[in-house]
Amino acid sequence: MAAASAEIRQGKPRARKPGALSPKTVAWTKAIIFVLCLGPFARLLIGAPLDLLGINPIETVRRSTGTWTLVFVLATLSVTPLRRLTGWHWLARLRRMLGLYAFFYALLHLGSYIWLEQFFDGAAIVKDIIKRPFITIGSVAFAMMVPLAVTSTDAMVRRLGGKNWIALHRLVYVLAICGVIHYWWLVKRDITQPAIYALVLMVLLGYRVVAALKKRTL
Amino acid sequence: MLIRRPDAIKPSEITPDSVYLRRREFVKAGVAMLAGATGLVSAGSVEAQGRGKKLAGARMSNFSTMEKANSYKEITSYNNYYEFGTDKSDPASYAQKLKTRPWTVLVDGEVKRPKRFDIEELLKLPLEERIYRLRCVEAWSMVIPWVGFELKQLIQQVEPTGKAKFVEFVTVLQPESMPGVRAPVLDWPYVEALRMDEAMHPLTLLAVGLYGETLPKQNGAPIRLVVPWKYGFKSAKSIVRIRFVEKQPKTAWVKAASNEYGFYSNVNPDVDHPRWSQATERRIGQDGFFSPRRKTLMFNGYADQVARLYTGMDLRKFY
Repeated sequence: MAAASAEIRQGKPRARKPGALSPKTVAWTKAIIFVLCLGPFARLLIGAPLDLLGINPIETVRRSTGTWTLVFVLATLSVTPLRRLTGWHWLARLRRMLGLYAFFYALLHLGSYIWLEQFFDGAAIVKDIIKRPFITIGSVAFAMMVPLAVTSTDAMVRRLGGKNWIALHRLVYVLAICGVIHYWWLVKRDITQPAIYALVLMVLLGYRVVAALKKRTL
Repeated sequence: MLIRRPDAIKPSEITPDSVYLRRREFVKAGVAMLAGATGLVSAGSVEAQGRGKKLAGARMSNFSTMEKANSYKEITSYNNYYEFGTDKSDPASYAQKLKTRPWTVLVDGEVKRPKRFDIEELLKLPLEERIYRLRCVEAWSMVIPWVGFELKQLIQQVEPTGKAKFVEFVTVLQPESMPGVRAPVLDWPYVEALRMDEAMHPLTLLAVGLYGETLPKQNGAPIRLVVPWKYGFKSAKSIVRIRFVEKQPKTAWVKAASNEYGFYSNVNPDVDHPRWSQATERRIGQDGFFSPRRKTLMFNGYADQVARLYTGMDLRKFY
């Protein structure tokens, strides 16, 4: 993956393959997706003062930010399989942005828990993290996102070296699993929604397992 | 005498709080319409459904709380009624297909005079308005002006035998109007139960109305149980059968997850749900966006009335 972005960054004009986009088109696509990704946040930001977030607005904030964190984690994990299947290598340019959006929504999710839900009650938060498995695993997932967000810059990739960087960023597989379990464990009875996320994650991780096995047998 | 003494004003001439407070609703509805007209929000489904029939002559009750009641809209658009779906908005969206007439409630089991009551007959009983706190097991709460009568009144009519130790409540099952029952989320039909002394307690209500009108379908029309010192799920909705039994019945949530939901399910800030704390709660619509949750009270604030029912019981064991 790091190799792919390095290839683009070298900037040598290459003959464009089918499915390839001009740098300008890629930049535009990225800008549009960047703005679209802010949509869920904008909805909450505008909806809260206008009382448009339903009967229990705090629950809406908590659920929306949590859901979008999972969506962005899964979107980030979809980039590589999609790129391989379609040959649209420009998709790789979106991956860091999607990953950082996952972190952004996770930060909002955690913030809404600490501020809106617990109102900075440190003792209650610590008790929750220790006593409630779904909060424990959610906290673990968030903790794993931090080093990935911090090392997302080009400078950090260079500092760590491609190999180390890739090894570190494999954490995303673990944190994605933790994130889905976090959702699964919090629902009261109807597991339809978390099951959908679990299924998508299984497909995305399964693709990688199959790809790795194929490589080994070749 | 020409000068009217204050006590000459009949109670019926005083605007009840619940009606008075509805001015806010009127103002809010106006704002919502304006917002709708400007395309900001779609018109709420609750307003579009129209409201229930007026229930005349409900007496005020000393059991009512003085706390500010939640709005009609809050009470009718944020519901748990899993037969219509597990999302809080599902009951308001889908419950309108529920057939509530004809409706009878079969009262049988360990009683001398089993009887099938017609809903119209029950609506003619002397009704009271009871403004109760409702505490959901999910740690949110509301204040709701129910209209109904004490379950005790019905129980006395059927004369339970000495064998009647528990009362079981069975909720209606109408698969054709209930999209939620297609999935085995709970063991349908929904069954709840009380111990005999809990059922006979004067706080235990059979509600037929809300805000002075017949119950909306998403709130358990045409008749539901209200047990204000227990978590909301104990208060079975749309009741078709009340059965007196000797053995403690298997209730829907106990069957679903007995480690999380007990038979008693009394509101208790000291006994947490295994997955979340019950020490605090969020009062819907009243605690501001940036205000801390409020402390949950023992027996939902009804300890003075009901604590004696449980003397000597380990409430950690019998959660």
